[in-house]
Amino acid sequence: MLQLITFSTLNGVLYGMLLFMMASGLTLIFSMMGVLNFAHASFYMIGAYFGFEISRRIGFWPGFIVAPLLVGVVGALIERYGLRRVHKFGHVAELLFTFGLAFVIEELVNMIWGKLPVDYRVPPSLDFVAFRLFDTTYPAYRMFMLATAIAMFAFLILVLKRTRVGLIIQASLTHPNMVAMLGHDVPTVFMAVFGVGAALAGLAGVIAGPALVTQPAMAALLGPILFVVIVVGGLGSLGGAFVASLLIGLVQTFAVAINGSLKDVMGPVATTIFGELGGVTLAQIAPLLPYLMLVLVLIFKPTGLFGNRES
Amino acid sequence: MSETIRTTIAFALFAIALALAPVVFPSGLALTMMSLMGVMIIFALSYNMLLGQTGLLSFGHAVYYGLGGFCAAHAMNYVARNKLGVPLPAIPIVGAVAGLFFGALLGAVSTRRAGTVFSMISLGIGELVAAFAGIQRSFFGGEDGIATNRVKLAPFFGYKFGPQIQVYYLIAFWCFVCVALMYMLTRTPFGRMCNAVRDNPERAEFVGYSTQRVRFQAFMLSAMFAGVAGALAAINFELMNSQAIGAGTSGQVLLMTFVGGIGHFFGPILGAMLITFLQISLSDITKAWMLYFGLLFILVVMFAPGGIAGFLSIHQPLLRNGRIFKLAPSYLMASVPLVALVLGMIALIEMAHHMLVEAASDGAKMRLFGLAFDGASPLPWLVAAALFFGGAFGLKLVWPRIDEAWAVAQAEGKKA
Amino acid sequence: MRKFTLGVCMAALLTAGAANAQETVKMGYIDPLSGGGASVGEVGLKHYQWLADQINAQGGLMGKKLEIIPLDNKTNPQEAVVQAQKAIDAGARYITQGNGSSVAAALSDFVTKFNDRNPGKEVLYFNYAAVDDSLTNEKCSFWHFRWDANSSIKMTAITNYLKSQPNVKKVYLINQDYSFGQGVRKLAAEMLKAKRPDVQIVGDELHPLLKITDFAPYIAKIKASGADTVITGNWGQDIALLLKAAADAGLQANWFTYYAGGAGGPTAIKQTGLQHKVYDIVEGNPNTAIEAAQKQEEEFRAKFGVTLWYPRAVNEMRMFAKAVKEANSLDPKAVALKLEGMTADVFDGGQGTMRKDDHQFFQDMYIRSFGPLDPGAKFDEEKTGWGWKQQGKIAAADTNVPTTCKMERP
Repeated sequence: MLQLITFSTLNGVLYGMLLFMMASGLTLIFSMMGVLNFAHASFYMIGAYFGFEISRRIGFWPGFIVAPLLVGVVGALIERYGLRRVHKFGHVAELLFTFGLAFVIEELVNMIWGKLPVDYRVPPSLDFVAFRLFDTTYPAYRMFMLATAIAMFAFLILVLKRTRVGLIIQASLTHPNMVAMLGHDVPTVFMAVFGVGAALAGLAGVIAGPALVTQPAMAALLGPILFVVIVVGGLGSLGGAFVASLLIGLVQTFAVAINGSLKDVMGPVATTIFGELGGVTLAQIAPLLPYLMLVLVLIFKPTGLFGNRES
Repeated sequence: MSETIRTTIAFALFAIALALAPVVFPSGLALTMMSLMGVMIIFALSYNMLLGQTGLLSFGHAVYYGLGGFCAAHAMNYVARNKLGVPLPAIPIVGAVAGLFFGALLGAVSTRRAGTVFSMISLGIGELVAAFAGIQRSFFGGEDGIATNRVKLAPFFGYKFGPQIQVYYLIAFWCFVCVALMYMLTRTPFGRMCNAVRDNPERAEFVGYSTQRVRFQAFMLSAMFAGVAGALAAINFELMNSQAIGAGTSGQVLLMTFVGGIGHFFGPILGAMLITFLQISLSDITKAWMLYFGLLFILVVMFAPGGIAGFLSIHQPLLRNGRIFKLAPSYLMASVPLVALVLGMIALIEMAHHMLVEAASDGAKMRLFGLAFDGASPLPWLVAAALFFGGAFGLKLVWPRIDEAWAVAQAEGKKA
Repeated sequence: MRKFTLGVCMAALLTAGAANAQETVKMGYIDPLSGGGASVGEVGLKHYQWLADQINAQGGLMGKKLEIIPLDNKTNPQEAVVQAQKAIDAGARYITQGNGSSVAAALSDFVTKFNDRNPGKEVLYFNYAAVDDSLTNEKCSFWHFRWDANSSIKMTAITNYLKSQPNVKKVYLINQDYSFGQGVRKLAAEMLKAKRPDVQIVGDELHPLLKITDFAPYIAKIKASGADTVITGNWGQDIALLLKAAADAGLQANWFTYYAGGAGGPTAIKQTGLQHKVYDIVEGNPNTAIEAAQKQEEEFRAKFGVTLWYPRAVNEMRMFAKAVKEANSLDPKAVALKLEGMTADVFDGGQGTMRKDDHQFFQDMYIRSFGPLDPGAKFDEEKTGWGWKQQGKIAAADTNVPTTCKMERP
């Protein structure tokens, strides 16, 4: 039991941090530009594929540095030549643009790298057992993922709290119009934020690719969960996104570990009241829990747990 | 001509078109396709009650379509089993009631807010219901779904609805009724209030309307029509399965509605017909059809946010005062680079697709537009790239002339 | 753009109706050719086009050429029905499909209703890979024939093999949460109880279908249970990710799977280094097949660069040609009557029979494990350098599972 709890916690925190790497960029983009970027998880996928392509030719470490930068450039270009054009038609058009973009990116990835998972490997320098606890091993690569995520989190905090750029971004989070009036070049800031957000997602992809599987469906699997994270945490709240990421990571991991169903708790009455639902275990509905959280949070606190704006 | 007469004529023409379509296109495939178009027209119009008329962007509209369909399928099986005297054409009413019921149930929690919060709740509810469908097997039938047999119901004036042509007329009838009802709804004070809630919720509140209640009512009605569409789908396929309830179907209806044009009542009708046609036939022509779908959507969002209907309607005043001919020369001129651009793009996509996906097993030889060539040689690529970039450049050159022609046509129109 | 012409034909058909006469015998191939399932559907299509070429090289069917019409069902049952309608419009009286039992059920149901309503225009449906038991039990149809072993047959074969493996003590079941996965789980529990009452089932897990990105939490659970053997019906990414997570956590267990050999599976196993620990159950193994089969395998691989995944597709087309010949007719009803109870040589050697009661095909089954090629073995998979090794053979007679089918014959 202790073994299960330890590893579930580790896995849950890791998954949560991975979510946060993407959610942080998404929430920044949303707060400043008002765009709910449906294609954000696609940048994560592009990151993984770029990382794979570079690691195949040069090595993992160059990919680790270069791939996120490339994804950032792609993101900035998309903002400059696509999103900015659509901006004048309003937020719905922007959202639909990213909706279509996610679709096109998935198809392109399908075309270029095929529909099957690609052979993106953990670098040999990290391919060893980090520690052994109760007879279960924990790979070093997962520790590396965790370390990268934490380092990125620290870096983000540092930039936001200690630099002038961070000040402007923070101001744009709450008062975007005021920032524009103060004479900052808002379009360029937008492009930069979009690029950086994409790069962060790309970084998440580069490190997650070898541990999970790099395949064309990886964006579609994660995309909706990201929305859940930033909405549950509160739109425009980085702290909220952090808490929500960890919360969802842990909830999903622990739900898998628990076998209980309503029937186990209430006895056979459960099946008479809830029908088939009574016999369903928590593990079976684990991937559903984030959406349940989303709906409940929005019903009772439409601004999310830590947010103070609705749109 | 007064507004009412014009509308009456338009609906009369619509009815005639529905009635004559199978005479013009008699093949089995055409009937299948037109039946599906009828279903999708209702579905897309019901979606536009939310998006276009009330300003609510939903990511979970398939929930009501799917639930309507499942209830209809169960109703059909129940009627057949107990030999009740209910004929098939009455089944869509079951779908309507189911849609209305679930619209009221889920709408009560999701329409309390507009904007992003509404969109996100609809996304969450959509995912929840889709996953629930996988768990509640007795109702949703697992991934096999619920099969039914439309012939087993009581005959309707001797018709048993086995042949597709009879099903087509059943769908056409309901399609006409629903389109007419939804159109009339936009003309009522309630329809106007929906627009007010979309455009200026604050003022709507000042006038004394509860925006929340208007949203809720619009949502319920929209879910009701989606339920009718779902029931017709169940009749058409004689099968409902959980894919009909999922995010894919919700995305599809958004695509149809938006490509057709959300600003005009008839926009979603065009969108539903076009997308259904493409969906069924494009996959025969190219394996990259999903890519074309995505590109079509992005291009519409970027260059024609009003959709097909928006594009047509800006020409309507010119057509009426006869100035449309002023545009013809510049349009003709623009069409040359446009065709080059499109051909170049298609060629690039198809060649890339062939070389990346199929060349490994089928070799580099390929056929395109009836021409056979080697995809590995540079010449076809150069030609395609030249067409594409030449077309783009040409279009940019011609564009000012179109603007000019427009200005002239409009100015003369005003004078006249 | 190979199919551009077909598209034009379809457009012409829209207005003209099904006018052109049957100068060829047409068979609709209705499987996913776009989206996630396309990697499997494309390979299946290659099989059928290759087999049609072979039949045509030998003079075709009653002197007419066989033509495969590829149709994309997008792995959606409703779409599959539309595509079947399209195939029929194009003049096809035979359709074949394999991927997805939900699609198979929809097609079987569609064909049965269609034949009921259009006497004289019957259509026959050949199923080469959808394994849900119900298709040859409560949902069975006279117009449906299945060449793949159904879920029960496969589990019977696996459990028969496990009877001979005394070191299997603790078994963990992990399956996808939908009807197929639940079926596998139920069959495994029942058959293990009957054949190996000493074996303890230490875990029984259902996880959501194709939604899990990280199986580490599930592996943690399997580890905690102390299982030495895992049985799973998982396919696609669900098997690849599962094995990957198992290797990461250092889980030392044997894996008995239905579909570890599917597209991408061998690559994933090689990556994890689970040498001869992953087993699958199939109707043929290239490395031990008869010489004629090995020759065809070589030819197929040289031509298309992929493994001949579906020996059952070869059996299907072989028996189709044989039935046409025996019936001396291309009428689906006459062909169906000949196929019932037919015995024929199967691709990998030995014979197989199409059982008349439920239209389920029976043949010898093979248990294989995946690892570095033995000396002399010719075929690796997905260019990994690893290949399948036969571990056990289960005779057709030993997999004779009962059926509840009450077939309505025309």
